Amino acid sequence: MIGLVVVSHSEKAAEGICDIAAQMGGGSARIEAAGGDGEGEIGTNANRIVDAIETADDGDGVVVLVDLGSAVMNTELAFEMTDVEAVIADAPVLEGTLNAAVESTSSKATLDSVVDSAEDARDYHKLND
Amino acid sequence: MADESVQREALIAAIENVAARIEAEKSTLTDLDSAIGDADHGNNMHRGFEAVVEKVDEFEEMSPADIVKTVGTTIIGNVGGASGPLYGGSLMSASQELEDGITAETSIAFAEAYLEKVKDRGDAHLGAKTMVDALTPAVHTYKKSIEHDDLPPLTAFAKAVDAAERGVEFTVPIRAAKGRASFLGWRSVGHQDPGATSTLFIMQEILKTAEEYLDGETDAEAVAESVPDEDPEEAK
Repeated sequence: MIGLVVVSHSEKAAEGICDIAAQMGGGSARIEAAGGDGEGEIGTNANRIVDAIETADDGDGVVVLVDLGSAVMNTELAFEMTDVEAVIADAPVLEGTLNAAVESTSSKATLDSVVDSAEDARDYHKLND
Repeated sequence: MADESVQREALIAAIENVAARIEAEKSTLTDLDSAIGDADHGNNMHRGFEAVVEKVDEFEEMSPADIVKTVGTTIIGNVGGASGPLYGGSLMSASQELEDGITAETSIAFAEAYLEKVKDRGDAHLGAKTMVDALTPAVHTYKKSIEHDDLPPLTAFAKAVDAAERGVEFTVPIRAAKGRASFLGWRSVGHQDPGATSTLFIMQEILKTAEEYLDGETDAEAVAESVPDEDPEEAK
C-alpha cells in the first residue's frame, strides 16, 4: 500500500489532519504525521520527516502532503536522506490528504494515482455558486 | 596551502566565532524576523550553532570536508525553520567540494556549490529579498577577485564581505517574493531580510578568523567593485 505523510509546521495540525483522513478508506490507510520542529515549537524538521516516511513505507512508496515554505524544503531534503521512493503532492494539505487516503486504500493505487487524486483537491469548492 | 591540521584548527575557530556572533546577535535577528517573518530566526540559528559547538571535540578527528558536512547535518537536525534546510542542507551538499582540503580553488567551488544549492532549495532568484541577495554578490566578487584579478584569497574574501554587506542593504527597499515575508506583499518593503543578515554575520566571522590564521595580510579598506573605473563615454 502507498504510504502517506503529513508535514505541517504545527504538530497538532499534522496529527489532526491524520486523524480526519484516517477515517477515510475504511480506516486502513498507512498515514503518519510529521509536524512541528521536533522541539515542541512551530516549524518542520527533515529528520522527523525521514522517520515518518520510513514508518509509512511498506515497500510501495510514500506520498507526502505539505503545508508551506520550509515544509517543502525540509521534505525535499528528507528525500535526499532516505532510500524510500517518495514524492510531494502539490495539493491543499487537508483536502489533499483525505483524497490521498481514499485512493491509497484502492487495490489499484499507484504512487502516481495517489498524487493525482491528492492534487484533484485543488479544484474543491466549499460553497456552490 | 596550509596543512590539514592548521585548516582544521582554523575551521574550528571560525565555527566557534560564528556561534558566538549568532548568540550575540540573537535578538537582532529575531527582531528583523518579527517585522516580516515568523520571529524565530534568532532562536533557530542560535539553537543550531549551539548544537554545532557541542560537537567541537568530534571535529578534532575529522577532515575539513567532514567538519563542514557535520555542521550541516547538525543544523538540519536542530533548526526548525527554513534556515535548517537552507543553511544545513547547502553546507552538507557543498562540503564535498572541500574533499581535497581548503585552497583558493576549492573554496571558490564550495562557494558556488553553496549558492546554487540555496537558490535551488529555496527556489529563490536574485532580488526576492532573501539570503541569495547577500550571497550572490559575495560569491561573484570572490571568484572574480581570485580568478581574474589574481588577488590573494584573504583580500578576495574581504571584498566578498563588502559585497555581501551591500547585498544586505539592497534587501531593505525591495518587496519580498519568497519566504514568509512574501505574504506581507508591499508591507515587506523597508525591512532588512533576516537570512541575508545572518549570512553576512557568518561571513564577517569567517573573515575575522581567516585574518588571524593567514597573518592578517589583508586590505582593511577592500571594497567590491560598484562603479566602473572608467567613464563609459571616455572609454569609447
